[in-house]
Amino acid sequence: MADTFDLIVIGSGPGGYVTAIRASQLGLKTAIIEKEALGGVCLNWGCIPTKALLKTGEAYEQLSHLADYGIKVEKASFDFPGIIKRSRKVAAQLNSGVAFLMKKHKIEVVEGTARLEKGSPAPKVVVALKAGGARTLTAKHVILATGARARTIPAVGLEPDGDRIWTYREAMAPKSAPKSLIVIGSGAIGIEFASFYRALGADVTVIETLPRILPVEDEEVSATARKAFEKRGIKFRVGAQVEKVEKPKSGGVRITASGAQTSEVLEAEVAIVAVGIVGNVEDMGLESLGVKIDRTHVVTDNHGATGVPGLYAIGDVAGPPWLAHKASHEGVHCIEHIAGLVPSNLNAPIPGCTYSTPQIASVGITEAAAKEKGIAVKVGRFPFRVNGKAIASGETEGFVKTIFDEKTGALIGAHLIGGEVTEMIQGFALAMTLEATEAELIATVFPHPTMSEAMHEASLDAYGRVLHI
Amino acid sequence: MSTEILMPALSPTMEEGTLAKWYVKKGDVVKSGDVIAEIETDKATMEVEAVDEGTIEDILVPEGTENVKVNSPIARLSEGETAAPSPSPLAGEGGPAEQGRMRGLSEPSGKPVAASAEAGAQPLIRPVSDRPPPPARGEGQGTRVFASPLARRIAAQKNLDLSALKGSGPHGRIIKRDVEGAAPGAAKAPATGGAAASAPRQVQSLAQMGVPDGSYDLVPLDGMRKTVARRLTDSFRDVPHFPLTIDLEIDALLAGRVKINAMLESQGVKVSVNDLVIKAAAIALKQVPEANASYSPEGIALHHHADIAMAVAIDGGLITPIIRAAETKGLAQIATEAKDLAARARTRKLKPEEFQGGTFSISNLGMFGIKAFASILNEPQGAILSVGAGEPRPVVKNGQLAIATVMTVTLTCDHRVVDGAIGARWLQAFKILIEDPITMIV
Repeated sequence: MADTFDLIVIGSGPGGYVTAIRASQLGLKTAIIEKEALGGVCLNWGCIPTKALLKTGEAYEQLSHLADYGIKVEKASFDFPGIIKRSRKVAAQLNSGVAFLMKKHKIEVVEGTARLEKGSPAPKVVVALKAGGARTLTAKHVILATGARARTIPAVGLEPDGDRIWTYREAMAPKSAPKSLIVIGSGAIGIEFASFYRALGADVTVIETLPRILPVEDEEVSATARKAFEKRGIKFRVGAQVEKVEKPKSGGVRITASGAQTSEVLEAEVAIVAVGIVGNVEDMGLESLGVKIDRTHVVTDNHGATGVPGLYAIGDVAGPPWLAHKASHEGVHCIEHIAGLVPSNLNAPIPGCTYSTPQIASVGITEAAAKEKGIAVKVGRFPFRVNGKAIASGETEGFVKTIFDEKTGALIGAHLIGGEVTEMIQGFALAMTLEATEAELIATVFPHPTMSEAMHEASLDAYGRVLHI
Repeated sequence: MSTEILMPALSPTMEEGTLAKWYVKKGDVVKSGDVIAEIETDKATMEVEAVDEGTIEDILVPEGTENVKVNSPIARLSEGETAAPSPSPLAGEGGPAEQGRMRGLSEPSGKPVAASAEAGAQPLIRPVSDRPPPPARGEGQGTRVFASPLARRIAAQKNLDLSALKGSGPHGRIIKRDVEGAAPGAAKAPATGGAAASAPRQVQSLAQMGVPDGSYDLVPLDGMRKTVARRLTDSFRDVPHFPLTIDLEIDALLAGRVKINAMLESQGVKVSVNDLVIKAAAIALKQVPEANASYSPEGIALHHHADIAMAVAIDGGLITPIIRAAETKGLAQIATEAKDLAARARTRKLKPEEFQGGTFSISNLGMFGIKAFASILNEPQGAILSVGAGEPRPVVKNGQLAIATVMTVTLTCDHRVVDGAIGARWLQAFKILIEDPITMIV
């Protein structure tokens, strides 16, 4: 097999494999290197299998409300191994789907661990093959798409042991459902696991260092989310720092968390560490090539170039937001730029979603961020409790919030919490990408009855024209 | 084995054309003589036939693409049984967006370079066509300008004319960053009903015209050069102009100048021939006021004063400072003002009001020995006078050959306001004033 390519992509997550497909579409001879499983964390241990778990959680939680819909259910129960099995099956199906896509696009998949060495016009890629032996590959361009992994804090004992202290990875496929759980970190990952295990009946406490949960979201969304989760029985300790993590002989974990004034000892069967992400930048020879690394992430320019000739980085390893769709977007941008095309969507707004119950979705900037930037804004809100479809569906929690630049009418942020809002946010993302103003959002006809009408109403509300309040 | 199908020339002079229609698609098998496409020029439409047998491996130029250069590849034909994977990574499958938006093609030079700028990187894509990205601006009235809603609103707030802007979004769409960067006034809406604002025409690169890169030094265009290029291109192209030439005998003028300068010596003022020309032109404009005019869509503006703009060559260009109401000013004053304006023009210290406006221009290349020339109109002025060198020439006087100092002047007229007879009358009046300078006193 020839070892010379136009492009080598290291890592086959949603950044890497999408980049490889686009490169193949552009006529580049492409190889992709993966040390574990095609599809990366997203597909095997992240986005996809968690959605399978959360669907189960949602369905199970729904059972307790079925009486509201006029349905009588006697004694529901769940089969935990069955839940995990389904989640793994979903991941496996998509994993083989990526393998098919690589084959279809004539992308050579090299299974092994890559290491870079000096080379020209791009660094050489030495792969320690999974099957044994090594292979040296060369290409005109090399794109790092090695992703990221859970951050751990060994200093206070926040280090996964596969038994009582988990990262997302252990939390995805445990042997049995924990009766009690402490989640450290209230970002999307922490909140999703809290939501899932709570739905299965676990006693869940979430510890957050910052003063509010889901700290990247708009403050109103954080507040509503907290109330919604507390209603479901999740407990929160915000503004609290993990001081100490102990593993008593009797089993379980004991976590000392200190607030502004008080210190508290929390006990649970297991703890999930979800305190952020570190880039996978180690053991690839990046330092010796002179790649700039800032706090575990590769420093790049707007097109993913690292400064080392022929070497690029995209996705999680190139910095936040750590989102699969951001990685794909950056990868496509990077390869189109390399190929001499002019990718025109450099500043496309990147939506973010949390698939808890209720769901949370947002795009653009928060109201607080707009104020900080000195932008005069017009803000609109519309609650689902007065939306016809939401009432009919029994999904009246949450709201839609829109933020417009007062001067130009540009939509600069949208923040949603409620049922299926992760499927709605693309409408606002599209509006922002097309540079829509309030006029277009107001002029657009939203179908009735849908939850999406709340998007229309929130836009109207920002301009004092809300209809159904 | 695959070969490229090239854009054919429908005539020996054809340089580019429109790929109007494809009769085949990717994967189709064609044999020699099959009609595969339809090509259009402004004069004719012609069908293109396949010359070889094979499978259409790729359509490189989508249907409807304009300005496809002759001999540029438009499709790829594979001559084997099966289509091999594309050996050359052309952006073949890409739509018009991709092809039109290749890097380098959006540069005004239209340079056929699509190489990646990355150090050490090989160019992966070569240009499929030389055509610039589809323009967002409307060439005429009623053409849609593609712009985002936000770009439209910001343009309205800044009083920008979108049709004068170039879009950097997909398909040349004008987006926020294009209008944010534009300064108001840089692309102001044209005066009501006025000629469409024009951009400098898209010129071919020097390399395309056979001048290799590296064989010259490139002086960047500064603001003045751009203004000169734009204004004179607009004027020469859009204003119907014609020259009128006449010879003037200036012996009396020169003799008069000696006397005048002797008189003015004590004041430290020296009157040049050019100052006399300015004065005479101003008086002639009062005598033939129809020549002191500007065309406007609302009507012909007959100017109250003769504001004479004089072309001054300066480093890197030229500028036309103005002697306002020259008909009211004495020669000494004109001489003093002209000297001051020219000096400050050369150091680029003129205020805008000193070189903007004017009702009539004079350009004098006599000092270089130029006999006669015809200047390009300085819009919105209705005429410009080009002054050649005064030199001894044989003339016929009373049937006898004689020697006189003769100066040839040419009046370029805007035919929309200054018809031939008006121009001629003005030159007649001017001739009397110059040849018999005492009449200037009247």
